[in-house]
Amino acid sequence: MKKAGVLMMLGSLLLLGLYSFPLWNIMLGAPQYPEPLGMNIHITGIQGVSEFDIQNIDGLNHYIGMKTIPKPEEMWEFQTFPKVIGGMVALGFIIGFLGFIGRISYKWFLFWFIFMSVLGLLGMYDFNEWLLDYGSNLDPHAIIKVTNPDGTPMSYKPPLIGFKKLLNFDVTSLPHTGGYMMFVGMSMTIIAFFVGKKEWKAIH
Amino acid sequence: MKKLSYSIIALLGFAMVLTSCNPKGDNSANGALSSSAAEKVYVAPGEHDSHYAFISGGYSGNLTVYGLPSGRMFKEIPVFSQFPTNGYGYSEETKPMLETSYGFIPWDDSHHPDISQTKGELDGRWIFINGNNTPRIARVSLTTFETEEIIEVPNSAGNHSSSFITENTEYVVAGTRFSVPIPQKDMSIKDYKGNFKGALSFISVDPEHGHMDIKFQVLMPGFNYDLSHPGRGKSHGWFFFTTYNTEEANSLLEVNASQNDKDFIAAINWKKIEEYVNNGGGTMMPADYAHNVYDEGTHTATSTMKKEVRVVNPSEVPGAVYLLPTPKSPHGCDVDPSGEYIVGNGKLSANLTVHSFTKMIDAIENKKFDGDAYGIPILNFEDVLAGSVEQPGLGPLHTEFDGKGNAYTTFFISSEVVKWKLGTWEVIDRKPTYYSVGHLTIPGGNSAKPFGKYMFAMNKITKDRYLPTGPEMEHSAQLYDISGDKMELLLDFPTHGEPHYAAAIPAEIIKKNSKKIYKLAENEHPKKALSDADTKVVRDGKNVHIYMSMIRSHFSPDNIEGVKVGDKVFFHITNLEQDFDVPHGFAMIGANNAELLITPGQTRTLTWEPKKVGVWPFYCTDFCSALHQEMQGYIRVSPASSNLELSWSLGE
Repeated sequence: MKKAGVLMMLGSLLLLGLYSFPLWNIMLGAPQYPEPLGMNIHITGIQGVSEFDIQNIDGLNHYIGMKTIPKPEEMWEFQTFPKVIGGMVALGFIIGFLGFIGRISYKWFLFWFIFMSVLGLLGMYDFNEWLLDYGSNLDPHAIIKVTNPDGTPMSYKPPLIGFKKLLNFDVTSLPHTGGYMMFVGMSMTIIAFFVGKKEWKAIH
Repeated sequence: MKKLSYSIIALLGFAMVLTSCNPKGDNSANGALSSSAAEKVYVAPGEHDSHYAFISGGYSGNLTVYGLPSGRMFKEIPVFSQFPTNGYGYSEETKPMLETSYGFIPWDDSHHPDISQTKGELDGRWIFINGNNTPRIARVSLTTFETEEIIEVPNSAGNHSSSFITENTEYVVAGTRFSVPIPQKDMSIKDYKGNFKGALSFISVDPEHGHMDIKFQVLMPGFNYDLSHPGRGKSHGWFFFTTYNTEEANSLLEVNASQNDKDFIAAINWKKIEEYVNNGGGTMMPADYAHNVYDEGTHTATSTMKKEVRVVNPSEVPGAVYLLPTPKSPHGCDVDPSGEYIVGNGKLSANLTVHSFTKMIDAIENKKFDGDAYGIPILNFEDVLAGSVEQPGLGPLHTEFDGKGNAYTTFFISSEVVKWKLGTWEVIDRKPTYYSVGHLTIPGGNSAKPFGKYMFAMNKITKDRYLPTGPEMEHSAQLYDISGDKMELLLDFPTHGEPHYAAAIPAEIIKKNSKKIYKLAENEHPKKALSDADTKVVRDGKNVHIYMSMIRSHFSPDNIEGVKVGDKVFFHITNLEQDFDVPHGFAMIGANNAELLITPGQTRTLTWEPKKVGVWPFYCTDFCSALHQEMQGYIRVSPASSNLELSWSLGE
């Protein structure tokens, strides 16, 4: 399983991109912000796209009573995610290597993929929960209070993925480089499974 | 009778031809022309102009920023004049910028902007401009678009042949218009001739920070030094000054200074004098002049009074200065992009005189002199003449170049711009200006690399060009497309103040460097307040210092008590925003100065001397946010005898 093993190793190594590049990105444009403000969500914390974006987003959000964007130490996720990703990279690489030298079955590749997918989905769920809290857990003394037609307070939750109009802001939320590297890497591991299956059959 | 009626019919028919054809013809020609001209100057909403133009404000003392080809004004940069719009010259931080050896001067007459160069090409780092009346040179940053430095020029009076810079911004040069006694002394004006001197100042520019320092002044004969330009390329190292009043008259100059058939262009080999000075040459003479420097870190200007200046008598440095006879009181002194041709715009001459640098060097080497003036060799007119443009117009003033071998000269009296060819001296085209044009500008038109697409003429007289605005009107300017053989008038636009000259540059050279905010982390103002914890009110005798911050949409603190009548209150206000284009203003009722306009990350100080007991408001003047109107505060002023302690708060 030379080819499959290499694919598996490379695929899992691509997840290392998450340490350098953002997983996700949220951009906020408005008439007054022709150059949109932006947040890059890294597995280690949230950073502004430009130097003062976080400060400026917080400044605007105080009008509607949103909390400030959390610092890395204020969310357990930013300590845990790097460890989980590191563990998965190591695990994937070891599985790939053992596959490469023919010590384990191709089925392990699928096992890693499913395990990673479950962790990924849990991560997305957690991220969405945070967005929900961030967008709707508002200061009751907010300067501006906007309600829905039914009288409930408006939520400023940014979309998990895609576009949404929030008052004067156009909000776009999409995966970023690190996220795409993870998707490509994970796809490579599933390819590794099928290639491995073929190679395994040829040998056995 | 029959014959007569035939004639009448014939005449009527002729008249009908005239009336029916001509307007039609004119209309279609105008229609086609105006529609294409409109397209050429139309910059769609949200689009950017292709060029910046920095137009001097003349008696406004400032510098205005325009876009080309739209002719839209973007900004007025305060330089030599107080500017209540943003508090320049009123705030404690900027007041030192206007200090001189005569004390604080709130105004000047700004004339000739020139953009810094590297290897003869515009580099867009700084723009320099002269104050004419109280001789000064200013340096304006083209990243912050703020005045960063002003140096006074001693021994000078009517700082007119300024501020032109050498090929690598080694020097910014300031020449005197008036000759004066040097040093100044109480003497009879009638003893002018032979006793007054004209100082030509070479101010070095630090290549990294742009800081200016007067390296030396050449004390020339008592002529009037009108305009100047540097040599470039082959003539780099030389500087050329036009002179008038070589008669050395001291009264009724319009007659008495127009008697000589030829005045001079003075050619100064500044490299030679620089070498002389570097070897200890020249004399340090006592002089009083201010050097004002604005520090971007502390957001504060400091003024230093300098006490001496190095002067050089041309006779000490043989071979450094020559005089080139030039007909009839030449005004503009312009050097072509190659550095070969020196145009003397003899304002009372029928012809336009062009000197050759190569011929000048040849005449100097062969010592072909025609006498001297106060020991300075005079060259033969014929020996240095490259050619003349014959009868091009009336009253030539200034010439610029398009980099394609053509020159463009303004004619004040005949109110036109004439395009002519370098080398053949033939006139190619002429277009009227509206009216009585002074300077003209081609972006980079006085550098080694002009950008010969647009030319604009700045006029002295406006008359009927715009809707009338009473006896006083802004001056008009016209923009021409010079990319073709013939010039095409595109646009007529008003300018601000009394513009003399302008420097223009393709936008892409500088727009990317334009600063958006000042970083709070780099704010070194001693009285900044970067957080609520830094805000405080401190009494020091009668002086009360308020350390205040501002952010959308409040001041911190916004309730202050314990101030008394007779106190002097200093508001030190820091704008905590770090977002582009979110300045806040500050206005205090009864302040005898101006408002403050504070850009993000900046600290500014306004002084207020409360005169009446009461509770007095202050507010933000720049509509900063939806809650701008809520951005306000109160100060309680108690009687001078009150014992109320200082207190301050926000949101209590």
